[in-house]
Amino acid sequence: MVAMNLSRRALLKGSALVVGFALSGQGPAHAASATAPSKPVSPEEVDAFLALSRDGFATIYSGKVDLGTGVRTALIQMAAEELDLPLDHVTLVQGDTALTPDQGPTYGSLSIQNGGMQIRLACATARRQILTLAAERLGRKREDLETEAGIVRPKGGGEGVAYGELLKDGRFSLKVDKEAAPKDPGSYTLVGRSVQRLDIPEKIAGRFAYMQDFRLPGMLHGRVVRPPAIGAQLQSVDETSVRDVPGLIRIVREGNFLGIVARTEWAAIKAARQVQARWSEAEELPDQARLWEHVRGTRIVKDDVTMNVGDAVGSLPGEGRILKATYDFAIQTHGSIGPSCAVAMLSEGKLSVWTASQMTHALRKQLAAMMGLPLDDVRCIYIEGSGCYGRNGHEDAAGDAALLARAVGHPVRVQWSRADEHGWDPKGPPTLIDLSARLDGEGNVAAWASEFFIPDGAAGNVPLVAASLAGLPHETNNAPGNIIHNSGVPYAFPNVRTVCHRLAETPLRPSWIRTPGRMQNTFANESFLDELAAAAGVDPLEFRLRSLSDERGITVLRRAAALANWDSRPSPRQQEGEILRGRGLSYVKYELYRTYVAAVAEVEVERRTGAIRVTRFCVAQDCGQIINPDGVRNQIEGNIIQTVSRTLKEEVTFDRSRVTSLDWESYPILTFPEVPEIAIDLIDRPRDKPWGAGEPSAAIVSSAISNAVFDASGARLRSAPFTPDKVKAGLQRT
Amino acid sequence: MGKPISLSVNGRAVTVSPDDPDTPLLYVLRNELELRGPRFGCGLGQCGACTVHVDGQAVRSCTTPLSALQPGQKVVTLEGLATSGTPHPLQAAFVEEQAAQCGYCINGMIMQSAALLAQNPKPSRAEILQALAGNLCRCGTHLRIVRAVERASASL
Ligand code: FES
Ligand code: FES
Repeated sequence: MVAMNLSRRALLKGSALVVGFALSGQGPAHAASATAPSKPVSPEEVDAFLALSRDGFATIYSGKVDLGTGVRTALIQMAAEELDLPLDHVTLVQGDTALTPDQGPTYGSLSIQNGGMQIRLACATARRQILTLAAERLGRKREDLETEAGIVRPKGGGEGVAYGELLKDGRFSLKVDKEAAPKDPGSYTLVGRSVQRLDIPEKIAGRFAYMQDFRLPGMLHGRVVRPPAIGAQLQSVDETSVRDVPGLIRIVREGNFLGIVARTEWAAIKAARQVQARWSEAEELPDQARLWEHVRGTRIVKDDVTMNVGDAVGSLPGEGRILKATYDFAIQTHGSIGPSCAVAMLSEGKLSVWTASQMTHALRKQLAAMMGLPLDDVRCIYIEGSGCYGRNGHEDAAGDAALLARAVGHPVRVQWSRADEHGWDPKGPPTLIDLSARLDGEGNVAAWASEFFIPDGAAGNVPLVAASLAGLPHETNNAPGNIIHNSGVPYAFPNVRTVCHRLAETPLRPSWIRTPGRMQNTFANESFLDELAAAAGVDPLEFRLRSLSDERGITVLRRAAALANWDSRPSPRQQEGEILRGRGLSYVKYELYRTYVAAVAEVEVERRTGAIRVTRFCVAQDCGQIINPDGVRNQIEGNIIQTVSRTLKEEVTFDRSRVTSLDWESYPILTFPEVPEIAIDLIDRPRDKPWGAGEPSAAIVSSAISNAVFDASGARLRSAPFTPDKVKAGLQRT
Repeated sequence: MGKPISLSVNGRAVTVSPDDPDTPLLYVLRNELELRGPRFGCGLGQCGACTVHVDGQAVRSCTTPLSALQPGQKVVTLEGLATSGTPHPLQAAFVEEQAAQCGYCINGMIMQSAALLAQNPKPSRAEILQALAGNLCRCGTHLRIVRAVERASASL
């Protein structure tokens, strides 16, 4: 760990921060209105990304936001590096639709790979312009100048000039130039180092203001009352039922949207619990006990063929052995530790919303449509909330707050309850996968064919609950994320056909949760591959290497194996005893074009109870250029632990009307005593592009565990989560 | 406005007048006293995000009605853990170990561990895991959290 000395260099005297576009940062200071002073936000413009103050401070404007991943620190490292500024001279404004460019939602492990690279290029353009201006000012050639710590000076020495003195009003008025050459990675002093996270000191001291801490003067507290059944109609509300709650301001009803506004948060909670309302009955959900029959029987609207090599259908029958298997992965919830929260204010027809949304620019459009407002009259301002792993309930809470604020004419803060979050955030949809393959006489894969039964739709706007309930304009299509990724395989088999059957509907409102589709699809692919290796009687590492020509892929596999002291032999291991131990391998090339991860899981299976204990994960990852190694490690650890949890424990339960897993008892997640040790080998490639690290290592977890359990016990787990009952059933089959 | 109730929070005497004396301590701390350490996570006593100390014991403030506090009981939150400006050894250790992702659970992790270390300054790893078994983290920061507690313990 390198603790950078943040203020090693005081550049200039007089330190008032005069940012070109004054409104920045977070907090009530900029609560004033839905519109901000005009500032370029088009991603074509350097000024969209960057403002320099006269005293040499830079403000970076990022459309990508820190969801608790540490990306704020990493983006500041990238910008400071490219601008040749000390770290503490760079601040970051995130996800404010009036100030930051629309760089797309913060998802898909793209914040560095796309967002950071846009910022790097804007900063490279800016630095070149600074050099040009300095050359004019100093009467020198640009090539003879260099930049360091916010000052341009002649290479051989001599008088320099500070950045801040070169620009009028801090603006560059320049297009981002694709040809502007970023710095040579060999000269990096900030990128590639484990700079300490800028937010952690505040967070451990209780000073950090999360979304949940944001307050406005005159703000009231709102709570929502959701229907007891999905699709139920609100028939009547008994206003007298909450008359005795002191501090109650109003019951707000709009169609099937029901909410409470009160002076205090506790009054809002009490009233929301106490209010009596009559709803119609509804049973729109399938029988969970027959979920997979339901999924298989759902109408297919189209087929996406994601990989087609040779003739898989024609070559599946033939000499050798044919294997077939079906895999499934349960419906899951995001489960952020802090439930969703938002504050909305409608003033003089303009709506301002403070939100932890991962996609403020898209949310702005949704809110404008719902409220019938021109887009220009809506501003969404990002404030970091509890960790966010995909499209959870934050956007919905923003919609709730907007409706309540309009109803009462005051700013309203909506805090979802735990049950709101578990019950009403959009869910990772159920995934059902059929696979078949043929092994030829030599034990090589001659044909591979797979079919994925997954909801139709891509990434996009998930309809707001408030808009749907209130009957206001909203999207009607599903947006489960780009869940077809990694349905294809990274191996050079002669005949492959992978097809995604896109389903017309799915039981609960879907969205993306960390590593959407890639995780479930890799679970099936890498576990089934392990079945083939076992059938061929070949060591799982060797079996993979046989069909891999990609050097970077081969490297991560070998390094993960080395890290784990891989003991080369076919699975399963033959053993007796009550506790069975095994190891399993898995590999992914993320979306078949970027970050490479390989991992070995080590497990213990308790024969009697069917309990699995994951004792250790050894991970090797190549995500190209690494911005902050400790940040990447933190993300990998998070991915492994979270996905061990999803693999072993997590499943949303529901009856015919609604979700029934509404708290942490009915939806348990991994606890401290159950967490595995994790060893990580990072492969840094400073001269390559940086790729995403926030998701890829989640993709390999379920399959590595399934393979390790097979190795330990001969039981093949094909249905996640791997509950003790399923393990016991699997053990009985062996 | 309800009847005034006196409390000691982070060494300061404060008076609050909630409409309802059964208001959970969490909301009083967060909304009346504007403290940011204790956090709302579940309101059900299941996650630990809201943990504070009452007379040195780790307590879940979301399920502790104000009326359950006895006069003279001392409430300490994450903000009050530092002594005369010096961070608590756990706070320093959490920075050293970079033991946070979103950090939303960290209040509970530090408050729970502080109560543990006050009672048992040299816990084994198993004792730390057990002490934190009721505290949930969704980001998967567990290993760093445990290392931070061990580091703090070593410095005591
Ligand atoms: S918020 Fe109190 S235990 Fe979860
Ligand atoms: S660090 Fe995010 S919940 Fe623990």
